[in-house]
Amino acid sequence: MTNGRHPAPRPGFVLDVDRNTPPILFHHGPGFRLEKLPAGRSRVIYPAEPLEGLPDPEAAIRHALLNPLGDSAPLPALLRPGMKLTIAFDDISLPLPPMRRPDIRQRVIEAVLDLAADAGVDDVHLIAALAIHRRMTEDELRHAVGDRVYDAFAPKGLLYNLDAEDPDGMVILGETPHGEDVHFCRRAAESDLVVYVNINLVSMDGGHKSTATGLAGYTGLRHHHNVHTLRNSKSLMDRKNSALHASNWRMGSVIRDAGVKIFQIETTVNNDTFGREGPLALLQKREWEWTGRDRAQFLAMRTGLDVLPSNTRRKIFDTWQAPYQMTSVQAGEVEAVHEVTTDNVYAQQLVPVEGQTDVLTMGLPYICPYNVNSIMNPILVMCLGLGYFFNLYRGRPLVREGGVLVMSHPTPWEFHPVHHPSYIDFFEQVLADTTDPVEIERRYEKQFAEDEWYIHLYRTSYAYHGVHPFYMWYWGSHALEHLGRVIIVGGDPAAVRRLGFQPASTLSDALEMASDVVGPQPTITHMKNPPLLMADVT
Amino acid sequence: MISEKLAGRHIAITGATGFLGTALVERLLRSVSDCHLVLVVRPGRRGAAQRVEREILRNNAFNSLRDRLGPDGFAEMAARRITPVAGDVTAEGLGLDDQGRAALTGCDLFIHSAAMVSFDSPLDQAVEVNLLGPVRIARTLADLNATPHLIAVSTCYVAGSRRGAAIEEPVDDSPFFVKAEWGAEVDAARRSRHEAEAASRTPEKLASFRSDARHYLGAAGIPALAAKTEQLRARWVNDRLAEAGRSRAASLGFPDAYAYTKAFGELALAETSGDIPVSIIRPSIIESALAEPAPGWIRGFRMAEPVIIAYARGLLKEFPGTPEGTLDVIPVDLVVASICAVAARGPIDGPDIIQVASGTVNPLRYGHLVDLVREWFTRHPVYDDRGQPIPVPEWSFPGRGRVTRQLERAGTTLERAQKIFELLPVRGRRAQLGARLEEQREQIERARGYVDLYGAYAECEAAFGLDRLLALWDSLNDDDREAFCFDPRIVDWGHYFHEIHLPSVVQSGRVSMSPPSQGGETRSSRLRRQVLSPDRHLAAFDLENTLIASNVVASFAWLASRRLDSRDRLRLVARTLAEAPALLALDRRDRSDFLRHFYRRYEGAPVDQIAEDSAEQFSDLILSRAFPAAIRRVREHRALGHRTLLITGALDFVVEPLRPLFDDIVCASLGIDDGTYNGRLRSVPPTGEARFQALTDYADHHDLDLRESVAYADSTSDLPMLEAVGFPVAVNPEVRLASLARKRGWLTEDFAKAGGMTNRLLPLAPARRGA
Repeated sequence: MTNGRHPAPRPGFVLDVDRNTPPILFHHGPGFRLEKLPAGRSRVIYPAEPLEGLPDPEAAIRHALLNPLGDSAPLPALLRPGMKLTIAFDDISLPLPPMRRPDIRQRVIEAVLDLAADAGVDDVHLIAALAIHRRMTEDELRHAVGDRVYDAFAPKGLLYNLDAEDPDGMVILGETPHGEDVHFCRRAAESDLVVYVNINLVSMDGGHKSTATGLAGYTGLRHHHNVHTLRNSKSLMDRKNSALHASNWRMGSVIRDAGVKIFQIETTVNNDTFGREGPLALLQKREWEWTGRDRAQFLAMRTGLDVLPSNTRRKIFDTWQAPYQMTSVQAGEVEAVHEVTTDNVYAQQLVPVEGQTDVLTMGLPYICPYNVNSIMNPILVMCLGLGYFFNLYRGRPLVREGGVLVMSHPTPWEFHPVHHPSYIDFFEQVLADTTDPVEIERRYEKQFAEDEWYIHLYRTSYAYHGVHPFYMWYWGSHALEHLGRVIIVGGDPAAVRRLGFQPASTLSDALEMASDVVGPQPTITHMKNPPLLMADVT
Repeated sequence: MISEKLAGRHIAITGATGFLGTALVERLLRSVSDCHLVLVVRPGRRGAAQRVEREILRNNAFNSLRDRLGPDGFAEMAARRITPVAGDVTAEGLGLDDQGRAALTGCDLFIHSAAMVSFDSPLDQAVEVNLLGPVRIARTLADLNATPHLIAVSTCYVAGSRRGAAIEEPVDDSPFFVKAEWGAEVDAARRSRHEAEAASRTPEKLASFRSDARHYLGAAGIPALAAKTEQLRARWVNDRLAEAGRSRAASLGFPDAYAYTKAFGELALAETSGDIPVSIIRPSIIESALAEPAPGWIRGFRMAEPVIIAYARGLLKEFPGTPEGTLDVIPVDLVVASICAVAARGPIDGPDIIQVASGTVNPLRYGHLVDLVREWFTRHPVYDDRGQPIPVPEWSFPGRGRVTRQLERAGTTLERAQKIFELLPVRGRRAQLGARLEEQREQIERARGYVDLYGAYAECEAAFGLDRLLALWDSLNDDDREAFCFDPRIVDWGHYFHEIHLPSVVQSGRVSMSPPSQGGETRSSRLRRQVLSPDRHLAAFDLENTLIASNVVASFAWLASRRLDSRDRLRLVARTLAEAPALLALDRRDRSDFLRHFYRRYEGAPVDQIAEDSAEQFSDLILSRAFPAAIRRVREHRALGHRTLLITGALDFVVEPLRPLFDDIVCASLGIDDGTYNGRLRSVPPTGEARFQALTDYADHHDLDLRESVAYADSTSDLPMLEAVGFPVAVNPEVRLASLARKRGWLTEDFAKAGGMTNRLLPLAPARRGA
């Protein structure tokens, strides 16, 4: 363990760029760029250094299960022989990148199963709460829950992926006062207790969204995964100002009122994404603190990556597992738990920023929630930049209304044919027609969502649901409405144009193009992310 | 008055379906009141009456007449004034029945314009039509005791390849005529046919045709191979006979077999005509109409057109000839008028030979012609298939030898390049490059053919005397001159080429004369629109390399390796790779033998386990190697309400997960003994002609019209299936199929794997862990 060996972690901060500021490292898919930002009008937001992890995660978990928050009995008191217990857990989209073994889910699930065994519970199902994400493979499930749990449950069919298109496996629990159907996993609905195991990587995760979204299918999701709701989620990372979360909270009430007892377990991790040591350590160092060795290592890495074909580069990055450490675990009643969790996420990620900027720049990394062990296709590039990173704010967006977003990513015209079949058609057919989210939703969503072939692939292969690319697009709809222009640096021009964005070959070209929209000498803010940060903009 | 003299006459005509014949029929019906026409046409499949209706009367030559009379009036007039008679100048007694004989007996004028005008027709066919045709007509008329005025259409080029005056005299009166017996020529030509037929049937020759057919088609199945072999043999025989014709003609001083057989036809007719009065009309090169039935009217692809179009397309950069030389061209309506004038005048004593040509009185200089063509195509360029205008080349009037050598060199280079391409395992875009090469080589070959055939004409410096023609012209009154103009002096060549002939040539040659309009439809998108029309019934898809970049070997390797430890996996790879060449060779020879042989490997495989593993294989192998655009296409067809069908030699458990994509699947399946596969196919796998059979059976069973159906496949072994439907689509074709598709105007699609996926030489399953 490394606990206690590190100096106190420094908080995140905003650097004003002057002439002495070294070039800043930008993520650029499976690669990097060093960019010199204009002095005098640029600033860089740095994330906080990783907080210390809990010294004894197992003890902390056990403590949380026995000392629940809010209106909830301790877990052992909820367990009895003959009961139906369902343990649902976050899928492959969390955390990012996947963490080193043992995964937090494994630790928590093992603790829960120990208590269940002690209580004589023998009807237990474990469900990957993937909603309409792709099914997890055997390897991925093993990684998440550990071999011991997998071998004990999977061969008997008691550990499985949610199938939200199984007509017999899903129920409607009721309707919210807003007329939203609450679609829910039948096994969970019929259980005496549902234990949900979260890894809350960002403030969007958890709360009622865990079950109301994670255990639902298209029938339920369409009520909050739509353009109207997401344009009114400002931002979707800020629960109290998010229409998306409001809808999930309403659904949470319906689930509770339907008699479904949920025992929520939420965990947070620090942002030790790339390791304090090792080949990627310099990705979380501040540039002016790079040693000569760091510089040499960076050059060697970049040169090495440059000569590799994109497949190989992707495979190298796919093998990276983050040395995340758990910084908190809390359990009990959903809302009480989630309040504490959110504070813990903020403690690691929130960086105060004064004022908005004309141009926001970001380097997009190789991974987003939907391309773990897969390809980051152009639609996912859009979603990561406009859906996730843009929304990592509290208060006001980092960039002013009508401002410009400049993202750096190779954006290749590449798709994973197994994982993203409907994305391919979305890109070739829908985006070729229009990029307007409202039009897309109105004219194409239903057709893709109800397509039998996509449903077949979602259920039997490893495909995201037919409607998933639409949600990616909606995720960015708040940003699309807010921004005056989006420019992608170093992307495949054809793919970038298909997204409705403008391609630029260098950052200075992009800034030049941006000045057409925001005027000359614009202010520039670079969001140096990941490791994850969330801007608290005043 | 010509029209008065011909009024009410009964006129028999052969060759009415031809260029000159159609114009003649039209003119007689329009300008001569109440003459009755007996049209002797080969009955073909449809019968004489049908052919007259479809191939003559529907021609646009009759537009003005039809407009004047109205559709009903026109039909009534045609029924009243035309008697179709089934007959064939290559058959003894013209192959007439009693009615035909009766109709001919009543004729007082017989115009013989049937001819084998193709310059490279097989020798024996040219002899049967051009040489013996007039003889048979004369004999038949003699048998019928009929002595109508026989007007036989010949050609000026019976004078042979020579310089200086060629006057209107019998062929054998010329001092340059090389004496030969026409009977002996006939015997020799028939013998050539027998010899060529015999030579084409030697075992060695047949083996070589078969191997060529296989090279061309690949493993398309025995019936397809046999049909192709026979086609190649027949083509070889005809090529040899065409060659025989060219060399015999050259040996006697004629430019080609046409002129040679026509010359001997004149001789034979003179010897056999007996009491029948004969007039011979010798036109030079007949081209589109100056004024009637309409300016620029033309039928069929005539001699000069291919040359002109090849030039405009930039294929023919040079053509032999001297700028001072004369190209003797005569518009078709002048020839028709002269025939009418001769008919009205009636027979005369002694040999009656009239030449209809322009060279001596109104010469079209070769240099002038080239300038006219060049000017016109510079102003109206032809566009290539990418929408680029093609610049017309400068013409340098080289000698024939130099041009031929140039073309030969280019042809050889291209042929080599193409051969190399065919050996390369390329598909899709690169294969289409190969197909382009083949097309270019064929174009070169065609150009070489033109040079061979027409070079002699362009170089011909004979001056055809027109004394009799002009005397006949002088004898006409003004009304006749107005109505039946055949004075070659009136043609203004500049006007004729720029305003009449070239516009007509490019129109009838269907040459693209305008750039594709902005956003206009390309050929592919037009074909794609046809393929995706709601009118289609069925869309049949092949699997391998059409929907997915995989094959039965990969599929087996994946399934076989699914439960192996790493040492055994290596062994499997080594063994499969070692066998690969033999397997490939077997696959090329016969697909179904290959499948039978290969599928034995599944012997003993547990059915349950294979089913479970196949479900995983669907994601790891099939979908990851799928062509997303192809899958989208299947779905588009379904959305349009077409039935979709997968026809593949792959095994049922492999394609089972694809079932929701299609309405139906026809595939191979293995027998099962005690829960394990026995490695033997239950029935003939649907490949080659069996696939064709499966497709037709399926269409019959579901009452679908294959002519309204689409088939997608990637290789020539799928030809039987592709040819069975109205809308074949070549997907990522190999070179041979790419060039076939190009030639036949099939849609070609490039379906690619999703970008970013790695290629594995032999796909192995990810190792299973745990129990």
